[in-house]
Amino acid sequence: MLDVSDLHLWRGDRHLLKGVSFSLRAGELLQIVGPNGVGKTSLLRCIAGLLPVESGDIRWCNKLLASSRDAFHQQLAYLAHVNALKTDLTALENLHYAVSLRRKITTQETREMLTRLQVAECSDLPVRAMSAGQKRRVAIARILLTQAKLWVLDEPITNLDVAGIQLFERCMAEHLDGGGLVVTAAHQLLLQGRDNVRTLELH
Amino acid sequence: MPGLLQLAMLVVGRDLKLALRHWDQAIQPLIFFVVVTTLFPLAISPELAELRRISAGVVWVAAMLASLLALESLFRTDVEDGTMEQWTLAGQPLSLMLLSKTITHWLLAGLPIVLMSPIVGTALGMPQSAWGALAGSLALGTGCLSVLGAIGTALTVAVRRGNVLLALLVLPLEMPVLIFGARAVDLSMHGEPVAGPLNLLAAMLLLFLSLGPFAMASAMRISVEN
Repeated sequence: MLDVSDLHLWRGDRHLLKGVSFSLRAGELLQIVGPNGVGKTSLLRCIAGLLPVESGDIRWCNKLLASSRDAFHQQLAYLAHVNALKTDLTALENLHYAVSLRRKITTQETREMLTRLQVAECSDLPVRAMSAGQKRRVAIARILLTQAKLWVLDEPITNLDVAGIQLFERCMAEHLDGGGLVVTAAHQLLLQGRDNVRTLELH
Repeated sequence: MPGLLQLAMLVVGRDLKLALRHWDQAIQPLIFFVVVTTLFPLAISPELAELRRISAGVVWVAAMLASLLALESLFRTDVEDGTMEQWTLAGQPLSLMLLSKTITHWLLAGLPIVLMSPIVGTALGMPQSAWGALAGSLALGTGCLSVLGAIGTALTVAVRRGNVLLALLVLPLEMPVLIFGARAVDLSMHGEPVAGPLNLLAAMLLLFLSLGPFAMASAMRISVEN
């Protein structure tokens, strides 16, 4: 479904990605590993369509990304380093405004998701008042509520505690079982020992 | 998938809610406008006849700077906290979403000035017969300023401390709006027909509204690349 072939990327004078290729089928997880500054985030941003591809191509369902941008984005959920939450809005409001861009959502549904991620007590708190880990959980709730096929996650478990990481792994496993795809960059390998989990090392 | 109108309402609703939570910031442009126009009688002369001569220009320059003042924060927080990135990936027309934000900017920094202008005009010795032209020209003109300003903001939002650049970029482009706006008020104070400059302002507004959103979206896509 997602095919990346011979992707090169330059940032200034630095040749960051040197011919990255992989392809990912439904139900597969790809973890991108490598030292800091090697271009993990840039690769994820390329896949998400935030960075223009300079050389090589990225195809989603055999269609070039550049030619079917909106259709691709409707099936994509992207989690960056920043949580994309408005600190002055409550968790519920944040999720409402973020998810409503893509589909209709009820408050009930949002509350259930927050309960599932164990941040129900923060539902009506402004995000400003939450801890870093709680904010991350709300951001993950957005990914889940989006109901996208492809997840592109940049360091998703930053600031999460051990219980949070386990919880997130369960969510990811469920998504994969349902035929979803996940591309992530993480320093800690997730869902180890599971089938259809691969790693890609950047140099 | 929400329809286009729903999408626009969603963005406007969100921004108005955010502005309400920060109402002290949201009323800044209006306060600036009132304060600046009140300073002129103090600095020049309380003589109404003298003030009347410059009143059209004073009101218009103050409105222009007040609009510029509010531009600074138009896209910045959304870009910094990653919301804008999510918007570009929402599979929805970014141009419409940015236009909705621009409309909110006008509701907060344009409309209050339009409503306040007759009072400020009177304080500067403007005859009541000029109120219509003043409010009308400001309504059309601040709309133009909001759209032009939003394009400039989308271009400079990724630049650190881009305020100066923004002013340099946007103010020269806003000159025609200022010239026709102030001219309309001046004409009406002398009892002459004002249809000419007002029609020109309306034409400019339509042009900016139809092409501006696409320029904003292209500029914003480049800005979030970094």
